[in-house]
Amino acid sequence: MSAIVDTLRLTAEEAIGLVERGDVSATELHAAYLDAIEERDAELHAYLRTVDEADGTSIPIALKDVISTKGVETTAGSKILSGYVPVFDATVATRCRDAGLTLLGKTNTDEFAMGSSTENSAFGPSRNPWDPSLVPGGSGGGTSAAVTAGLAPWGLGSDTGGSIKQPSALCGNVGLRPTYGTVSRYGVVAFASSLDQVGPVAKNVRDVALLYSIIAGRDPEDSTTVELPGAVVLPQEDRLEGLRVGVPRQATELEAIEPGVRAAFDVALTRLEELGAEVGECELPRAFDYGIACYYLIATAEASSNLARYDGVRYGPRSEGTTYREMVERTRDEGFGDEPKRRIMLGTYALSAGYYDAYYGQAQKVRTLIVREHADVFGRFDVLATPTSPTVAFPIGHKAADPLAMYACDLLTIPSCLAGLPGLNVPCGFSEGLPVGLQLIGPQLSENTLFRAGHALERSLGLDLVPERLRT
Amino acid sequence: MSISRDQVLHVARLARLDLSDDEVERLTAELAAILDAVSKVSELDLAEVPPTSHPLALVNAWAEDVPRDSLALGDVFANAPAREGDSFRVPPTG
Repeated sequence: MSAIVDTLRLTAEEAIGLVERGDVSATELHAAYLDAIEERDAELHAYLRTVDEADGTSIPIALKDVISTKGVETTAGSKILSGYVPVFDATVATRCRDAGLTLLGKTNTDEFAMGSSTENSAFGPSRNPWDPSLVPGGSGGGTSAAVTAGLAPWGLGSDTGGSIKQPSALCGNVGLRPTYGTVSRYGVVAFASSLDQVGPVAKNVRDVALLYSIIAGRDPEDSTTVELPGAVVLPQEDRLEGLRVGVPRQATELEAIEPGVRAAFDVALTRLEELGAEVGECELPRAFDYGIACYYLIATAEASSNLARYDGVRYGPRSEGTTYREMVERTRDEGFGDEPKRRIMLGTYALSAGYYDAYYGQAQKVRTLIVREHADVFGRFDVLATPTSPTVAFPIGHKAADPLAMYACDLLTIPSCLAGLPGLNVPCGFSEGLPVGLQLIGPQLSENTLFRAGHALERSLGLDLVPERLRT
Repeated sequence: MSISRDQVLHVARLARLDLSDDEVERLTAELAAILDAVSKVSELDLAEVPPTSHPLALVNAWAEDVPRDSLALGDVFANAPAREGDSFRVPPTG
């Protein structure tokens, strides 16, 4: 069976073909992934738990552990939700099931999706399939590592400031953060509600587009969702004539960008030109100068409000206390890890009397500037391109003790998230033997354009994205 | 930008976190550094700029007012640490 199914290279589209033609049964396909998990996940720790529910013609999928799955423990990587078994499915889980996808398992995440390395998971870090001494990125390091290591054909992540795009860059796969409001957040553990968005991760752009078509669209259970303006188009074209690609000067001049990342990015830009695209420079000064500060005020303010619900009353572990208040305060101190506490404290401070206007209120105005700057640039360009991450994957423990260094991992992914824009990570080369990702940003609801550009680029580059150490 | 130990304790009370002394000490230093970084937003004069609370220009999303079943009580209490009858049991509020 493993002779038929090479999970390291099989795309989801190919897997669907195998099952539809009857070359492989759904049960065999599911078992092949469980075998791969058995073989490799003790080292990588991409999964927090696996399930075996293959049936009929179903194709397996991995879901980040912030997505509620009825009857299957959902922890968001936090001790404060350990043992929590949802009594309903998130809308995205329902849509996957309705489309014939079955759950392979729940993947590791930084606690409450807060982090850029998956080291903040209360259940231990995930590791990068290219080199297990390195982080896979975060917060969605589990889904990303699983896709790259052949432990799932595809998966869903969630992205607040880069949690899909950055791990996809560091592991060498394709990840889409969709336009805010196109994918339901119902049943998804909330971090920052005006930023959180669920999106697909897969081996190539076509798979990502296919999975996006399954999960996207208005959901009556989430009043912030919208209907897509048109059908999702699976990309086919190899040329990019007429596509105008803007490169924000501020994003490429950042000192934090490693030379190897810059070199791979520059090669990819040249390739885009060779494919027929027009590449030009543009300016996004506020977005890159003020994006991180703006984000860490808004995201933490919203997080402090969202995480108020974890009080030991309705679900989750409860600590002892002689009064209600003592019980709640101890439950929260013992249940939350360091990073959620840091963000709850910062967010509570930013929202507290006397500081609200100077911090949260001011950040919301900066957000307006960032929205406007992007709108101006999209008058002249169809998409923007930047490196996704300023660095390749870094060693576990390297940034864990320095919150500000960790926050800086997302400096290129954050600005477009604040503006609610879609972003696609496409692998664009290697530096020090590790994958480098290119981020394509478009106006709201421009996913089809991102798919078209990403598909042409990945086909033209033809990179081998199976980690060398796993090749047989 | 600095934040005092008393301010950290005040915020912890607002946030319902029973922080240990070690945590208070560490967070006082960490929050000072983070606040210093995020205070960058105050450099800009934005008196005339409206705030953005939501990135999509959505107006009200209306739903039909149709009655439907809520969760069964067994589901509601399925994850509860302590239940008494049809209520969540908690320590006295006193």
